[in-house]
Amino acid sequence: MNALLLAVDVPPISHVTNWGAGPLGFNKTAAIYIFAALATILLFALGTRRKDALVPSGLLQNTAESGVGFVRNQIIMQTMGSDGLRYLPYLTALFFFIFFSNITEIIPGVQFPANARFGMPLTLALLTWVIYNIVGVVKQGPLHYLKNSVIPPGVPKAILPLVMIIELVSTFIVRPFSLMVRLFANMLAGHLILVTFGALCAALFAAKVTVVIMPFSFLLLVAMTGFEILVSFLQAFIFTILTAVYIDSSMHPSH
Amino acid sequence: MALLHLLLAQAAADPTKGLTAIGRGIVYGGAAIGPGIGIGLVVGNAITAMARQPESAGTVRTTMFLGIAFTEALALFGFVLAFIISG
Repeated sequence: MNALLLAVDVPPISHVTNWGAGPLGFNKTAAIYIFAALATILLFALGTRRKDALVPSGLLQNTAESGVGFVRNQIIMQTMGSDGLRYLPYLTALFFFIFFSNITEIIPGVQFPANARFGMPLTLALLTWVIYNIVGVVKQGPLHYLKNSVIPPGVPKAILPLVMIIELVSTFIVRPFSLMVRLFANMLAGHLILVTFGALCAALFAAKVTVVIMPFSFLLLVAMTGFEILVSFLQAFIFTILTAVYIDSSMHPSH
Repeated sequence: MALLHLLLAQAAADPTKGLTAIGRGIVYGGAAIGPGIGIGLVVGNAITAMARQPESAGTVRTTMFLGIAFTEALALFGFVLAFIISG
């Protein structure tokens, strides 16, 4: 396929389980996820310290170490405290995997965030759901976990039934759903904005009269591309920190 | 102009299509009102807190992003719902 066409070629939103044509169905989303997984693995396989160097050197090692430091100090210590340090490997891998599959949104020639199709966000959200439920059941016991997550402390008896229903729905259904929708919809919206301004630039450039106002559209396209770098990072950060917050609410219930 | 004619021709062919688009607009516009106010409150108060106590800026920033994430979820539900609506 033509390299220029590759940037425009995007699988439809409905293609969640249909991975393209052929027996080994394979499309752009799957290719980006494989790239993201390989990049995450390689970053930590090649970037971890082999020799006893006191000062980290090289791009890979610096990225890996500052990434681990970021997840440790900004995500785990802020939400779970030192109890949560055992989840550091999972949360670091989660952060980098989401970030690498988001950042393809602004890479020329690819320009498609893989998380704009909700298959993988759904899988990651369900993984988070499974983890925090298992942690809650193991740490508190099944009955205590259910009681602590359904009955918030200090609620008057009269409205307790209503609160219980709301808490039950919000803890076990809305949490994974909103985690999935937040990542998926943010990336889809960003992609749509970039596509809209790109197509607008092309349409304005085509006509002689409208080419005068094309620079404004183009400047906004550049600005939105910069904004999408921030969004890619922020969504990876938010997904990881919410996972940490949910695990924390299972580990340390409010009394 | 060509685009306008195309749109007019389509609208004349099937008037319900325009209504679907209006419905989508109302759904997303309505869903964006509350979260818009909410995110404004969250960020405004976070800035106040950071200005009063600059040494706690790190903690406040993390909590602010959490608050934004919870608040904007409703707007995103509206965004997805607007796509689900089909005429």
